[in-house]
Amino acid sequence: MAQRLIDFLARERPTAVIETVTHVGDEIALIHREHLVDVLTLLRDHPDTKMNMLSDLTVVDYLGQSPRFEVVYQLYSILHKHRLRVKVGVDEADDDCWVPTVTQLWHAANWAEREAWDLYGVRFEGHPDLRRILMYEEFVGHPLRKDYPQNGRQPLIRRPDAPSTDDQTTRLLPDSHDRRVS
Amino acid sequence: MSSPVAPPGRPLPTTAAETYDPRGPQAGELPLSPSMQAFAEEAERLPTDELIVNMGPSHPAMHGTVRVVLRIDGETIKDADVQIGYLHRGFEKECESATYTQIFPYVDRLNYVSPMLNNVGFAMAVEKLLGLTALIPERAEYIRVIMGEIARACDHLTCVFASLAELGGLTAFFWGNRAREHLWELLEDVSGARLTHSYCRIGGVAWDLTKNFEPKCREKLVKVRGLVADIRKLVERNRIFLDRMQGVGVISAEDAISYGMTGPCLRACGVAYDVRKDHPYSVYDHFDFDVPIADEGDNLARYLVRMEELEQSLRIVEQALAQIPPGPVLVDDPLIALPAKREVYNSIEGMIAHFKHIMDGLRVPAGEAYSYTEGGNGELGFYIVSDGSGRPYKNRCRPPCFYTSSAFRQMILGANIADVVPIFGSINMIGGECDR
Amino acid sequence: MAESSYVPTVLQDAVNWAQKYSLFTYPFATACCAMEFMSTMGPRYDIARFGAEFPRFSPRQADLLIVIGTITERQAPVLRRVYDQMPDPKWVMAFGVCASTGGFYQNYTVTPGADQIIPVDVYVPGCPPRPEQVLDGLMTLQQRIQDHRGHVQQQVGNTAAIGYTDRRRLPVLQDGTSMTLLPDERMPQDGRVR
Repeated sequence: MAQRLIDFLARERPTAVIETVTHVGDEIALIHREHLVDVLTLLRDHPDTKMNMLSDLTVVDYLGQSPRFEVVYQLYSILHKHRLRVKVGVDEADDDCWVPTVTQLWHAANWAEREAWDLYGVRFEGHPDLRRILMYEEFVGHPLRKDYPQNGRQPLIRRPDAPSTDDQTTRLLPDSHDRRVS
Repeated sequence: MSSPVAPPGRPLPTTAAETYDPRGPQAGELPLSPSMQAFAEEAERLPTDELIVNMGPSHPAMHGTVRVVLRIDGETIKDADVQIGYLHRGFEKECESATYTQIFPYVDRLNYVSPMLNNVGFAMAVEKLLGLTALIPERAEYIRVIMGEIARACDHLTCVFASLAELGGLTAFFWGNRAREHLWELLEDVSGARLTHSYCRIGGVAWDLTKNFEPKCREKLVKVRGLVADIRKLVERNRIFLDRMQGVGVISAEDAISYGMTGPCLRACGVAYDVRKDHPYSVYDHFDFDVPIADEGDNLARYLVRMEELEQSLRIVEQALAQIPPGPVLVDDPLIALPAKREVYNSIEGMIAHFKHIMDGLRVPAGEAYSYTEGGNGELGFYIVSDGSGRPYKNRCRPPCFYTSSAFRQMILGANIADVVPIFGSINMIGGECDR
Repeated sequence: MAESSYVPTVLQDAVNWAQKYSLFTYPFATACCAMEFMSTMGPRYDIARFGAEFPRFSPRQADLLIVIGTITERQAPVLRRVYDQMPDPKWVMAFGVCASTGGFYQNYTVTPGADQIIPVDVYVPGCPPRPEQVLDGLMTLQQRIQDHRGHVQQQVGNTAAIGYTDRRRLPVLQDGTSMTLLPDERMPQDGRVR
C-alpha cells in the first residue's frame, strides 16, 4: 500500500538505490554505502520527507552471505508521521567492514552506532567516540555475531572451581567471623 | 556533531502560582558586611581545580546499572561520561535460540516495571509478520489494553515514587507503593504473577479475565486515584520538591527529537507524539483519552506529564471495562495458538500439537517487520527478521530508555551535582530495557 | 575450662540474637527483582517487622548484602568490591534466581550466580521471588546467625579477585575508567568459556 517514500527516493536519487521493497506494510530501501550520508541527509531535510527522528539503528548478521552485514536505519518523521527503513550492505572483510557515521545528522546515532560497533563490529567512520557501550573494554570479539558462541563468557574475575552450594555437603566451620578476605 | 549546549537558565513562569526563583537571591537574605563582601569577591577569583567524581554503578539513585563519571568544578558539572551496559543480559542472543513463544518471558524482563506492555509489543510484531493483525479477537485486544494500561499506570507511578524517594520523600514512596500493590493485585488475579506476567500469546492472550475482575478493578481504581491524589497534594506545593524539579534538566524539543526521545519525556518538551494516538493500534481508537503535553522540558514537566498520563490510563481502563465484548480470547488456528490444556492431556492430537509447538515453535514466514507500540517510556519497537523457522533470526528491541539515556549527558551539563539524581529519576531509565 | 565454657556460649548466643535482629542491609539492586524488593520494603510486606528495614547505601555500614537481580560479567568486579568493603561479620542473600544461578540467562554476559564472585548464605529463588519468599529467606538467615553456623558456601579465598590488592592502591578514576585490568592480569584470550 505504502509506496510514497520509496518512490520519492527512486525519483530523487535513482543511482543510490539498489532495491526497494514493500513488506507487510513497511517501506524498505536498500542503498549503496557511498550514497548513504547523501540519502539520509536528503530524507532528513527535504520538506516532503522531514525524517527528523532516527528511530533505531541496528545490524543484521547474515552469516555466509555476501555482503555479510546489513546496517538498518529506521527513520521516522514526527511531522508527516511516516516511516522508512534504509538498509546498507557491509562486507565482512576487516578493512571493508564500515559505514560512514550519521552522528552529524541525529544525536541518536551516537549511542546507537556505538552499540552496533560493540555488538557486531561494524565500524562507523567519523564517529567522534567509537567505544564499547554495553560490553566492557576488556571484552574480545563482538558477541551478537552469529559465529560468537552463546556461552562465550569472558570473566573479569577469576573464579575458583565452582563452589558447592549445597547446604548438606558444606563443611561447617566453627566460627564464620574469623574468615575474611585478605 | 554539534557540541552539546548547557541548559540555559530558562526564564521561569511568572504566573502568580510560582514566582519563586530557586536560582536567584533568597527572599529575606541578609546583605553581606563589607569585609565579607570583599572576601566573597576574592573567592570568585580564586582558581578552582576540576575534580572527577564517580557515581554508580552501585549508587542507590543510579538504579544499580548506570555509571556516570562527572568532571566537576565546584558544584557545577563540566563534563560527564554516562556508561551503561551493567545490565546487558544478551536479550538478542537468547532470542535467537528460543521459539517465539519462549521469548515472552524474556520480553517481560526488558522493561520490568510494565512487563505487560512489552508482551503486547512483541506479540504485535510477530502478528504483523504472520499477517494476523486484523484477525485477533476483539475481546483479546480489549484485555491487552486493560492490562497494558494498568501496567502503564504502574510504570508511571513507580517512576514518580522512586524518584520522590530519592529526593527524600519517603512518605510518597510508601503511598505510591500501596497504590502499586493494588494495581499488581489486579494483574496477579488475571495473569498469576505479580510482576512478570507472560500473559500474552501470539494471536491473543493466554486466558480470559477472572469472573469478578470488573467490580474489583473499579474498586481498586478508586483506591489508586485516592492515593495518587494524596501524593500530588503532598509534593506539588512542596518548596523543596519544586526547587529541585523546576528548571532543572531542561532539554529542547529539537534536541529531544534528534536524540530519539519518545514517550513522556518527549511530550514534556511539547511534542505530542504518542503512538496510541498517531498510529492507533489494537483498539485504542475506540477510547476517548488525551495526550498530555508540557512545554518546559524540565523535571517538573516530566513529572506532571507522567501524573496526567496515569489518570488517562485509568480512564482508558474504565472505558474498556464498559465496552469489552464477550467472545474468544485467542485466535482459533491450531497452527498459531497453543491447544487448551484439556485437549493436551486428553487427546493425542492435542498432545502432538502441543509438542510441535513447544519443540519446533510456530512457523513464521520469512521476512522482516518493524512494529512499534507505546511502551511505558515511549516508542517500544520490535524489529524481527525471520528466516521461516520457528525461531527468529534476529529479534531487535528498540528500547526507548536507551535513546532517552543518551540525552542524559546533555541534560546534566551545567547543572549542579545534586541535580543528577532528580534528572536521572525523571527520565526513568530502566536498566533491563536500556541495556537489554 | 569445662565448668566455665557455659558463660561464653550463652554470651555468644546473646550476641547472635542481637545480630540477627539488627541486620543493616545493603541492597545491591540491579534488575527486575528491585521492584519486588521495593514491595518487600513497602507497607504491605514490611521487612521492618524482622529488624532488617534499614538500608544503608554504604557497604561500610552494612552487614547484610542483598544481591538483587542479574549480575553480569561487567558488574562482577563492582559486586566483589562492595563485598570486600563490608566489615565482618557479614552475610549475603541472593535475591532472585538470576543472583542465585543466572536464571534463564545462560549466555556470554551473565555470570552464573553471584556465588561465583562472593560467598552467598541464603538463596531466594523466584523470578522475581514473592515478598513472602524473601521474608522466609531472611528468617532462614536469622536462624543461621542464631545457630552460629557460618556461611553456606565456603569462602572463595583471596585469589578470587585478580590483582585486587594491586588495583585497590590505584586511584579509581584517574582516567575516567576504573576496574581495568593490566594486560598480564587478563584471562587467556582464546575460548574463555568457563
